[in-house]
Amino acid sequence: MKLVVADLVQRFDGATVLDGLSFATGDIQALVLVGPSGGGKTTLLRILAGLDVPTAGSVAFDGIPLPRDEVGLRAYRKTVGTVFQAYNLFPHLSALDNLLLPLVHVHGLSPAAARDRVRKPLERFQLAAHAHKRPAELSGGQKQRIAILRALVVHPRRLFLDEPTSALDPEMRGEVLAMIRELKDEGVEFVLVTHEMAFARRIADEVAFVGDGRVLAAGPAAEIFDRCDAPRVRDFLSRILI
Amino acid sequence: MPRWLAHVVVVAVFAALVAAACARVEYAWNWAGVWEYRQKFVQGWLTTVGISLAALVVSTLVGGVTALCLASRRPLVEACGRVYVELIRGTPLLVQLLIGFYVVASAVGLENRYVVGVLVLSMFSGAYMAEIFRGGLAAIPRTQRDSARAIGLTPWQTLRLVILPQALRLVLPPVAGQLVSLIKDSSLLSVIAISEFTLNAQEVNAFTYSTLESYLPLAVGYLVLTLPLSALARWLEGRVRFEA
Repeated sequence: MKLVVADLVQRFDGATVLDGLSFATGDIQALVLVGPSGGGKTTLLRILAGLDVPTAGSVAFDGIPLPRDEVGLRAYRKTVGTVFQAYNLFPHLSALDNLLLPLVHVHGLSPAAARDRVRKPLERFQLAAHAHKRPAELSGGQKQRIAILRALVVHPRRLFLDEPTSALDPEMRGEVLAMIRELKDEGVEFVLVTHEMAFARRIADEVAFVGDGRVLAAGPAAEIFDRCDAPRVRDFLSRILI
Repeated sequence: MPRWLAHVVVVAVFAALVAAACARVEYAWNWAGVWEYRQKFVQGWLTTVGISLAALVVSTLVGGVTALCLASRRPLVEACGRVYVELIRGTPLLVQLLIGFYVVASAVGLENRYVVGVLVLSMFSGAYMAEIFRGGLAAIPRTQRDSARAIGLTPWQTLRLVILPQALRLVLPPVAGQLVSLIKDSSLLSVIAISEFTLNAQEVNAFTYSTLESYLPLAVGYLVLTLPLSALARWLEGRVRFEA
Protein backbone atom coordinates (compact mmCIF):
# COMPACT_ATOMS: atom_id res chain seq x y z
CA MET A 1 0.00 0.00 0.00
CA LYS A 2 0.95 3.57 -0.60
CA LEU A 3 -0.64 5.93 1.87
CA VAL A 4 -0.89 9.67 1.45
CA VAL A 5 -2.43 11.77 4.23
CA ALA A 6 -2.77 15.50 3.66
CA ASP A 7 -3.70 18.27 6.12
CA LEU A 8 -5.91 16.02 8.21
CA VAL A 9 -7.92 17.88 10.85
CA GLN A 10 -10.25 16.24 13.34
CA ARG A 11 -12.22 18.23 15.90
CA PHE A 12 -14.62 16.85 18.48
CA ASP A 13 -16.83 19.39 20.30
CA GLY A 14 -14.28 22.12 19.78
CA ALA A 15 -11.26 20.04 20.83
CA THR A 16 -8.72 19.65 18.06
CA VAL A 17 -7.35 16.10 18.08
CA LEU A 18 -5.68 16.11 14.69
CA ASP A 19 -4.17 19.44 13.69
CA GLY A 20 -3.17 19.44 10.05
CA LEU A 21 -1.57 16.00 10.03
CA SER A 22 0.33 15.08 6.87
CA PHE A 23 2.64 12.29 5.83
CA ALA A 24 3.18 9.81 3.03
CA THR A 25 4.62 6.31 2.90
CA GLY A 26 6.47 4.42 0.24
CA ASP A 27 4.91 1.28 -1.21
CA ILE A 28 4.99 -0.77 1.99
CA GLN A 29 3.28 -3.69 3.67
CA ALA A 30 3.31 -2.71 7.35
CA LEU A 31 2.90 0.78 8.78
CA VAL A 32 3.17 1.24 12.54
CA LEU A 33 1.85 4.33 14.33
CA VAL A 34 3.62 5.14 17.58
CA GLY A 35 3.58 8.08 19.94
CA PRO A 36 2.32 9.33 23.28
CA SER A 37 -1.20 8.58 24.51
CA GLY A 38 -3.67 11.25 23.50
CA GLY A 39 -1.46 12.26 20.60
CA GLY A 40 -4.01 11.25 17.96
CA LYS A 41 -2.91 7.74 16.90
CA THR A 42 -6.28 6.11 17.46
CA THR A 43 -8.13 9.04 15.90
CA LEU A 44 -5.94 8.75 12.82
CA LEU A 45 -6.44 4.99 12.64
CA ARG A 46 -10.23 5.34 12.91
CA ILE A 47 -10.19 7.70 9.94
CA LEU A 48 -7.95 5.34 7.95
CA ALA A 49 -10.32 2.46 8.78
CA GLY A 50 -13.33 4.43 7.53
CA LEU A 51 -14.99 4.61 10.95
CA ASP A 52 -14.81 8.39 11.34
CA VAL A 53 -14.92 11.21 8.83
CA PRO A 54 -12.26 13.90 9.32
CA THR A 55 -13.28 17.51 9.77
CA ALA A 56 -10.92 18.42 6.94
CA GLY A 57 -8.10 16.97 4.89
CA SER A 58 -7.74 13.89 2.74
CA VAL A 59 -6.54 10.30 2.86
CA ALA A 60 -5.68 8.14 -0.13
CA PHE A 61 -4.57 4.51 -0.29
CA ASP A 62 -2.80 3.63 -3.53
CA GLY A 63 -4.07 6.84 -5.06
CA ILE A 64 -7.72 6.20 -4.24
CA PRO A 65 -9.19 8.78 -1.86
CA LEU A 66 -11.40 7.57 1.02
CA PRO A 67 -15.08 8.41 0.58
CA ARG A 68 -16.65 10.88 2.96
CA ASP A 69 -20.30 9.74 2.83
CA GLU A 70 -21.56 6.95 5.07
CA VAL A 71 -22.68 4.69 2.21
CA GLY A 72 -19.31 4.96 0.51
CA LEU A 73 -17.52 4.45 3.81
CA ARG A 74 -19.54 1.31 4.57
CA ALA A 75 -18.58 -0.12 1.21
CA TYR A 76 -14.96 0.76 2.01
CA ARG A 77 -15.14 -0.85 5.47
CA LYS A 78 -16.29 -4.08 3.85
CA THR A 79 -12.97 -4.24 2.01
CA VAL A 80 -10.80 -3.78 5.11
CA GLY A 81 -10.60 -5.31 8.58
CA THR A 82 -10.41 -3.49 11.91
CA VAL A 83 -9.38 -4.84 15.31
CA PHE A 84 -9.86 -2.75 18.44
CA GLN A 85 -8.04 -2.66 21.71
CA ALA A 86 -10.59 -4.79 23.54
CA TYR A 87 -14.16 -6.04 23.54
CA ASN A 88 -14.32 -6.54 19.79
CA LEU A 89 -16.37 -9.68 19.85
CA PHE A 90 -20.13 -9.94 20.14
CA PRO A 91 -20.66 -11.51 23.57
CA HIS A 92 -23.99 -13.16 22.69
CA LEU A 93 -22.43 -15.20 19.88
CA SER A 94 -19.95 -18.08 20.00
CA ALA A 95 -16.46 -17.50 18.63
CA LEU A 96 -17.50 -19.37 15.49
CA ASP A 97 -20.66 -17.30 15.01
CA ASN A 98 -18.59 -14.16 15.49
CA LEU A 99 -16.53 -15.27 12.49
CA LEU A 100 -19.55 -16.28 10.43
CA LEU A 101 -21.58 -13.12 11.00
CA PRO A 102 -19.70 -10.80 8.60
CA LEU A 103 -19.26 -13.59 6.04
CA VAL A 104 -22.96 -14.41 5.94
CA HIS A 105 -24.60 -11.04 6.57
CA VAL A 106 -22.15 -8.66 4.92
CA HIS A 107 -20.40 -10.73 2.25
CA GLY A 108 -23.31 -12.92 1.25
CA LEU A 109 -21.76 -16.35 1.76
CA SER A 110 -24.03 -19.27 2.54
CA PRO A 111 -23.61 -20.55 6.12
CA ALA A 112 -22.04 -23.74 4.76
CA ALA A 113 -19.54 -21.85 2.60
CA ALA A 114 -18.75 -19.54 5.51
CA ARG A 115 -18.05 -22.50 7.81
CA ASP A 116 -15.83 -23.93 5.15
CA ARG A 117 -13.86 -20.74 4.90
CA VAL A 118 -13.18 -20.38 8.64
CA ARG A 119 -12.26 -24.00 9.34
CA LYS A 120 -8.62 -23.83 8.26
CA PRO A 121 -7.79 -20.48 9.85
CA LEU A 122 -9.29 -21.68 13.15
CA GLU A 123 -7.12 -24.78 13.06
CA ARG A 124 -4.05 -22.91 12.01
CA PHE A 125 -4.17 -20.58 15.02
CA GLN A 126 -5.14 -23.38 17.47
CA LEU A 127 -8.60 -21.92 17.97
CA ALA A 128 -10.74 -24.74 16.56
CA ALA A 129 -11.21 -26.30 20.01
CA HIS A 130 -12.58 -23.00 21.31
CA ALA A 131 -14.83 -22.18 18.37
CA HIS A 132 -18.03 -23.04 20.17
CA LYS A 133 -17.27 -21.03 23.29
CA ARG A 134 -18.77 -17.67 24.05
CA PRO A 135 -16.28 -14.79 24.35
CA ALA A 136 -16.75 -14.80 28.14
CA GLU A 137 -15.28 -18.31 28.21
CA LEU A 138 -12.19 -17.37 26.22
CA SER A 139 -8.93 -15.93 27.52
CA GLY A 140 -8.03 -12.38 26.54
CA GLY A 141 -5.49 -13.63 24.03
CA GLN A 142 -7.94 -16.07 22.48
CA LYS A 143 -10.57 -13.33 22.22
CA GLN A 144 -8.16 -11.01 20.48
CA ARG A 145 -6.98 -13.72 18.09
CA ILE A 146 -10.59 -14.54 17.20
CA ALA A 147 -11.14 -10.82 16.63
CA ILE A 148 -8.17 -10.70 14.27
CA LEU A 149 -9.47 -13.80 12.48
CA ARG A 150 -12.90 -12.22 12.12
CA ALA A 151 -11.26 -9.30 10.38
CA LEU A 152 -9.15 -11.65 8.23
CA VAL A 153 -11.60 -14.26 7.01
CA VAL A 154 -13.41 -11.76 4.80
CA HIS A 155 -10.12 -11.48 2.84
CA PRO A 156 -9.62 -7.76 3.43
CA ARG A 157 -7.25 -5.61 1.42
CA ARG A 158 -5.59 -4.57 4.68
CA LEU A 159 -6.01 -4.68 8.43
CA PHE A 160 -6.18 -1.84 10.94
CA LEU A 161 -5.10 -2.85 14.41
CA ASP A 162 -5.64 -0.41 17.29
CA GLU A 163 -3.40 -1.36 20.21
CA PRO A 164 -4.42 -5.01 19.92
CA THR A 165 -2.29 -6.04 22.90
CA SER A 166 -2.78 -3.14 25.32
CA ALA A 167 -5.57 -4.82 27.30
CA LEU A 168 -3.73 -8.13 27.64
CA ASP A 169 -1.42 -9.83 30.15
CA PRO A 170 2.22 -10.14 29.02
CA GLU A 171 1.75 -13.85 28.35
CA MET A 172 -1.24 -13.31 26.10
CA ARG A 173 0.43 -10.37 24.40
CA GLY A 174 3.01 -12.84 23.13
CA GLU A 175 0.47 -15.03 21.37
CA VAL A 176 -1.24 -12.08 19.67
CA LEU A 177 2.06 -10.56 18.57
CA ALA A 178 3.15 -13.94 17.20
CA MET A 179 -0.03 -14.06 15.14
CA ILE A 180 0.58 -10.59 13.73
CA ARG A 181 4.13 -11.55 12.86
CA GLU A 182 2.87 -14.60 10.98
CA LEU A 183 0.46 -12.45 9.01
CA LYS A 184 3.29 -10.13 8.11
CA ASP A 185 5.33 -13.06 6.82
CA GLU A 186 2.35 -14.07 4.75
CA GLY A 187 2.09 -10.73 3.05
CA VAL A 188 -0.97 -9.28 4.79
CA GLU A 189 -0.95 -5.48 4.68
CA PHE A 190 -1.70 -3.64 7.89
CA VAL A 191 -1.59 -0.42 9.85
CA LEU A 192 -0.84 -1.02 13.51
CA VAL A 193 -1.07 1.29 16.50
CA THR A 194 1.06 -0.02 19.35
CA HIS A 195 3.10 0.81 22.41
CA GLU A 196 5.26 -2.29 21.92
CA MET A 197 8.32 -0.50 20.65
CA ALA A 198 10.55 -3.53 20.23
CA PHE A 199 7.82 -5.25 18.24
CA ALA A 200 7.14 -2.12 16.19
CA ARG A 201 10.77 -1.87 15.28
CA ARG A 202 10.91 -5.47 14.13
CA ILE A 203 7.69 -5.59 12.16
CA ALA A 204 7.31 -2.12 10.66
CA ASP A 205 8.35 -1.26 7.15
CA GLU A 206 7.72 2.34 8.04
CA VAL A 207 6.88 4.12 11.28
CA ALA A 208 4.91 7.31 11.77
CA PHE A 209 5.37 9.10 15.07
CA VAL A 210 2.10 10.80 15.97
CA GLY A 211 2.06 13.46 18.69
CA ASP A 212 0.16 16.68 19.40
CA GLY A 213 -2.18 15.89 16.53
CA ARG A 214 0.56 15.80 13.90
CA VAL A 215 3.03 13.37 12.44
CA LEU A 216 6.29 14.54 13.99
CA ALA A 217 8.43 12.03 12.12
CA ALA A 218 7.85 9.34 9.52
CA GLY A 219 10.00 6.91 7.65
CA PRO A 220 11.70 3.50 7.80
CA ALA A 221 11.71 2.01 11.32
CA ALA A 222 15.48 2.16 11.79
CA GLU A 223 15.54 5.82 10.82
CA ILE A 224 12.89 6.80 13.33
CA PHE A 225 14.15 4.69 16.20
CA ASP A 226 17.88 5.27 15.76
CA ARG A 227 18.51 8.42 13.84
CA CYS A 228 15.54 10.72 14.36
CA ASP A 229 16.61 14.10 15.66
CA ALA A 230 13.19 15.66 16.29
CA PRO A 231 13.42 16.55 20.01
CA ARG A 232 9.85 15.49 20.84
CA VAL A 233 10.44 12.05 19.28
CA ARG A 234 13.84 11.55 20.90
CA ASP A 235 12.45 12.54 24.25
CA PHE A 236 9.56 10.06 23.99
CA LEU A 237 11.70 7.21 22.71
CA SER A 238 14.42 7.73 25.30
CA ARG A 239 11.83 7.48 28.06
CA ILE A 240 10.23 4.37 26.56
CA LEU A 241 13.24 2.41 25.38
CA ILE A 242 15.25 2.57 28.60
CA MET B 1 -30.94 -26.39 54.68
CA PRO B 2 -31.77 -26.63 50.96
CA ARG B 3 -33.29 -23.53 49.45
CA TRP B 4 -36.63 -25.14 48.58
CA LEU B 5 -37.03 -26.44 52.13
CA ALA B 6 -36.38 -22.96 53.49
CA HIS B 7 -39.18 -21.65 51.29
CA VAL B 8 -41.54 -24.38 52.49
CA VAL B 9 -40.73 -23.61 56.13
CA VAL B 10 -41.27 -19.88 55.73
CA VAL B 11 -44.57 -20.41 53.91
CA ALA B 12 -45.72 -22.90 56.56
CA VAL B 13 -44.88 -20.53 59.43
CA PHE B 14 -46.65 -17.68 57.68
CA ALA B 15 -49.73 -19.81 57.01
CA ALA B 16 -49.80 -20.91 60.65
CA LEU B 17 -49.68 -17.28 61.81
CA VAL B 18 -52.54 -16.32 59.49
CA ALA B 19 -54.57 -19.33 60.63
CA ALA B 20 -53.94 -18.46 64.27
CA ALA B 21 -55.01 -14.87 63.68
CA CYS B 22 -58.16 -16.01 61.90
CA ALA B 23 -58.96 -18.40 64.74
CA ARG B 24 -58.74 -15.60 67.33
CA VAL B 25 -60.99 -13.22 65.41
CA GLU B 26 -64.67 -13.46 66.20
CA TYR B 27 -65.77 -14.02 62.67
CA ALA B 28 -68.54 -16.18 61.34
CA TRP B 29 -67.05 -17.78 58.25
CA ASN B 30 -69.49 -18.21 55.42
CA TRP B 31 -67.62 -20.05 52.70
CA ALA B 32 -70.82 -21.72 51.51
CA GLY B 33 -72.37 -18.37 50.63
CA VAL B 34 -69.34 -17.36 48.60
CA TRP B 35 -69.06 -20.80 46.94
CA GLU B 36 -72.44 -20.09 45.31
CA TYR B 37 -70.75 -17.37 43.30
CA ARG B 38 -67.70 -19.37 42.23
CA GLN B 39 -68.60 -18.82 38.59
CA LYS B 40 -68.11 -15.09 39.04
CA PHE B 41 -64.60 -15.65 40.36
CA VAL B 42 -63.69 -17.86 37.43
CA GLN B 43 -65.17 -15.47 34.89
CA GLY B 44 -63.51 -12.45 36.52
CA TRP B 45 -60.17 -14.23 36.73
CA LEU B 46 -60.31 -15.13 33.04
CA THR B 47 -61.16 -11.52 32.17
CA THR B 48 -58.14 -10.37 34.17
CA VAL B 49 -55.94 -12.86 32.33
CA GLY B 50 -57.26 -11.66 28.98
CA ILE B 51 -56.90 -7.97 29.78
CA SER B 52 -53.40 -8.51 31.14
CA LEU B 53 -52.31 -10.42 28.04
CA ALA B 54 -53.71 -7.75 25.71
CA ALA B 55 -52.11 -4.98 27.79
CA LEU B 56 -48.82 -6.89 27.80
CA VAL B 57 -48.69 -6.90 23.99
CA VAL B 58 -49.79 -3.27 23.59
CA SER B 59 -47.58 -1.95 26.40
CA THR B 60 -44.55 -3.72 24.91
CA LEU B 61 -45.20 -1.95 21.61
CA VAL B 62 -45.79 1.39 23.35
CA GLY B 63 -42.66 0.88 25.47
CA GLY B 64 -40.53 -0.07 22.46
CA VAL B 65 -41.56 2.95 20.41
CA THR B 66 -41.19 5.26 23.40
CA ALA B 67 -37.72 3.88 24.18
CA LEU B 68 -36.63 4.74 20.63
CA CYS B 69 -38.07 8.25 21.16
CA LEU B 70 -36.14 8.61 24.41
CA ALA B 71 -32.94 7.58 22.65
CA SER B 72 -33.57 9.92 19.70
CA ARG B 73 -31.14 12.71 18.88
CA ARG B 74 -34.00 14.95 17.73
CA PRO B 75 -34.93 17.15 20.72
CA LEU B 76 -38.64 17.27 19.87
CA VAL B 77 -38.93 13.48 19.60
CA GLU B 78 -36.96 12.96 22.81
CA ALA B 79 -39.15 15.53 24.57
CA CYS B 80 -42.36 13.74 23.50
CA GLY B 81 -41.09 10.49 24.99
CA ARG B 82 -39.75 12.11 28.15
CA VAL B 83 -42.93 14.14 28.89
CA TYR B 84 -45.12 11.08 28.34
CA VAL B 85 -43.00 8.88 30.61
CA GLU B 86 -42.78 11.41 33.42
CA LEU B 87 -46.49 12.32 33.28
CA ILE B 88 -47.53 8.69 33.44
CA ARG B 89 -45.05 7.62 36.07
CA GLY B 90 -45.77 10.66 38.22
CA THR B 91 -49.55 10.30 38.43
CA PRO B 92 -51.81 7.60 39.91
CA LEU B 93 -53.23 5.00 37.57
CA LEU B 94 -56.63 5.68 39.16
CA VAL B 95 -56.60 9.26 37.86
CA GLN B 96 -55.38 8.13 34.43
CA LEU B 97 -58.21 5.62 34.22
CA LEU B 98 -60.89 8.15 35.16
CA ILE B 99 -59.56 10.80 32.77
CA GLY B 100 -58.93 8.23 30.06
CA PHE B 101 -62.44 6.83 30.29
CA TYR B 102 -64.61 9.85 31.11
CA VAL B 103 -62.68 12.51 29.20
CA VAL B 104 -60.45 11.12 26.44
CA ALA B 105 -62.53 8.10 25.40
CA SER B 106 -65.76 10.11 25.49
CA ALA B 107 -64.17 12.87 23.44
CA VAL B 108 -63.09 10.48 20.68
CA GLY B 109 -66.29 8.43 20.89
CA LEU B 110 -64.68 5.23 22.12
CA GLU B 111 -67.38 3.40 23.99
CA ASN B 112 -66.06 -0.09 24.65
CA ARG B 113 -64.80 0.15 28.22
CA TYR B 114 -62.68 -2.97 27.82
CA VAL B 115 -60.77 -1.42 24.95
CA VAL B 116 -60.36 1.79 26.92
CA GLY B 117 -59.21 -0.20 29.95
CA VAL B 118 -56.60 -2.12 27.98
CA LEU B 119 -55.37 1.08 26.32
CA VAL B 120 -55.04 3.07 29.56
CA LEU B 121 -53.36 0.16 31.30
CA SER B 122 -50.98 -0.22 28.34
CA MET B 123 -50.13 3.47 28.32
CA PHE B 124 -49.42 3.22 32.04
CA SER B 125 -47.32 0.08 31.85
CA GLY B 126 -45.71 1.21 28.58
CA ALA B 127 -44.07 4.17 30.33
CA TYR B 128 -42.30 1.80 32.69
CA MET B 129 -41.45 -0.59 29.85
CA ALA B 130 -39.94 2.34 27.93
CA GLU B 131 -37.52 3.08 30.75
CA ILE B 132 -36.61 -0.62 30.98
CA PHE B 133 -35.96 -0.82 27.22
CA ARG B 134 -34.04 2.47 27.19
CA GLY B 135 -31.84 1.15 29.98
CA GLY B 136 -31.27 -2.07 28.06
CA LEU B 137 -30.23 -0.22 24.91
CA ALA B 138 -27.97 2.12 26.88
CA ALA B 139 -26.28 -0.84 28.57
CA ILE B 140 -24.80 -2.07 25.28
CA PRO B 141 -21.32 -0.57 25.08
CA ARG B 142 -20.42 1.79 22.23
CA THR B 143 -17.63 -0.58 21.21
CA GLN B 144 -20.28 -3.04 20.05
CA ARG B 145 -21.61 -0.50 17.55
CA ASP B 146 -18.04 0.24 16.48
CA SER B 147 -17.34 -3.44 15.92
CA ALA B 148 -20.56 -3.81 13.96
CA ARG B 149 -19.71 -0.83 11.75
CA ALA B 150 -16.16 -2.06 11.29
CA ILE B 151 -17.31 -5.33 9.77
CA GLY B 152 -19.65 -3.47 7.44
CA LEU B 153 -23.08 -4.03 8.98
CA THR B 154 -25.80 -1.52 8.10
CA PRO B 155 -27.48 0.39 10.98
CA TRP B 156 -30.52 -1.88 10.69
CA GLN B 157 -28.37 -5.04 10.74
CA THR B 158 -26.49 -3.64 13.73
CA LEU B 159 -29.76 -3.20 15.62
CA ARG B 160 -31.11 -6.61 14.58
CA LEU B 161 -28.00 -8.78 14.88
CA VAL B 162 -25.95 -7.06 17.57
CA ILE B 163 -27.85 -4.60 19.77
CA LEU B 164 -31.31 -6.17 20.17
CA PRO B 165 -30.19 -9.75 20.92
CA GLN B 166 -28.04 -8.42 23.75
CA ALA B 167 -30.50 -5.80 24.98
CA LEU B 168 -33.43 -8.25 24.99
CA ARG B 169 -31.61 -10.64 27.27
CA LEU B 170 -30.86 -7.78 29.62
CA VAL B 171 -34.44 -6.51 29.77
CA LEU B 172 -36.34 -9.81 29.97
CA PRO B 173 -36.09 -10.13 33.78
CA PRO B 174 -37.29 -6.58 34.53
CA VAL B 175 -39.99 -6.93 31.85
CA ALA B 176 -41.28 -10.07 33.57
CA GLY B 177 -41.30 -8.10 36.82
CA GLN B 178 -43.21 -5.29 35.14
CA LEU B 179 -45.76 -7.82 33.92
CA VAL B 180 -46.36 -8.90 37.52
CA SER B 181 -47.14 -5.27 38.36
CA LEU B 182 -49.36 -4.97 35.32
CA ILE B 183 -51.50 -7.92 36.39
CA LYS B 184 -52.04 -6.45 39.83
CA ASP B 185 -52.59 -2.96 38.45
CA SER B 186 -55.40 -4.33 36.28
CA SER B 187 -57.44 -4.61 39.48
CA LEU B 188 -57.96 -0.84 39.31
CA LEU B 189 -59.98 -1.28 36.11
CA SER B 190 -62.88 -2.07 38.46
CA VAL B 191 -63.36 1.71 38.90
CA ILE B 192 -64.55 2.00 35.32
CA ALA B 193 -66.83 -0.99 35.84
CA ILE B 194 -64.81 -3.53 33.91
CA SER B 195 -65.94 -6.93 35.10
CA GLU B 196 -62.50 -8.25 35.97
CA PHE B 197 -61.37 -10.32 38.92
CA THR B 198 -61.41 -7.60 41.60
CA LEU B 199 -64.79 -6.17 40.59
CA ASN B 200 -66.33 -9.64 40.78
CA ALA B 201 -64.89 -10.17 44.24
CA GLN B 202 -66.32 -6.81 45.30
CA GLU B 203 -69.72 -7.83 43.97
CA VAL B 204 -69.63 -11.19 45.76
CA ASN B 205 -68.79 -9.30 48.93
CA ALA B 206 -71.76 -7.01 48.36
CA PHE B 207 -74.10 -9.97 47.82
CA THR B 208 -72.88 -12.11 50.73
CA TYR B 209 -71.46 -9.63 53.26
CA SER B 210 -68.58 -12.12 53.56
CA THR B 211 -65.60 -9.84 53.11
CA LEU B 212 -62.73 -12.17 53.92
CA GLU B 213 -64.21 -15.08 52.00
CA SER B 214 -64.54 -12.81 48.97
CA TYR B 215 -61.11 -11.23 49.07
CA LEU B 216 -58.93 -14.17 50.15
CA PRO B 217 -59.69 -16.06 46.91
CA LEU B 218 -58.85 -12.81 45.13
CA ALA B 219 -55.36 -12.79 46.64
CA VAL B 220 -54.88 -16.45 45.76
CA GLY B 221 -56.10 -15.87 42.21
CA TYR B 222 -53.51 -13.12 41.65
CA LEU B 223 -50.76 -15.20 43.22
CA VAL B 224 -51.51 -18.03 40.81
CA LEU B 225 -50.68 -15.61 38.00
CA THR B 226 -47.83 -13.64 39.54
CA LEU B 227 -45.79 -16.33 41.31
CA PRO B 228 -44.91 -18.26 38.13
CA LEU B 229 -43.99 -14.97 36.49
CA SER B 230 -41.70 -14.03 39.36
CA ALA B 231 -40.11 -17.45 39.16
CA LEU B 232 -39.65 -16.96 35.40
CA ALA B 233 -38.05 -13.55 36.00
CA ARG B 234 -35.56 -15.02 38.47
CA TRP B 235 -34.75 -17.92 36.17
CA LEU B 236 -34.14 -15.53 33.28
CA GLU B 237 -31.90 -13.39 35.46
CA GLY B 238 -29.71 -16.39 36.10
CA ARG B 239 -29.52 -17.22 32.41
CA VAL B 240 -28.66 -13.87 30.88
CA ARG B 241 -25.30 -13.35 32.53
CA PHE B 242 -22.60 -13.07 29.92
CA GLU B 243 -19.76 -10.63 30.14
CA ALA B 244 -17.80 -9.21 27.26
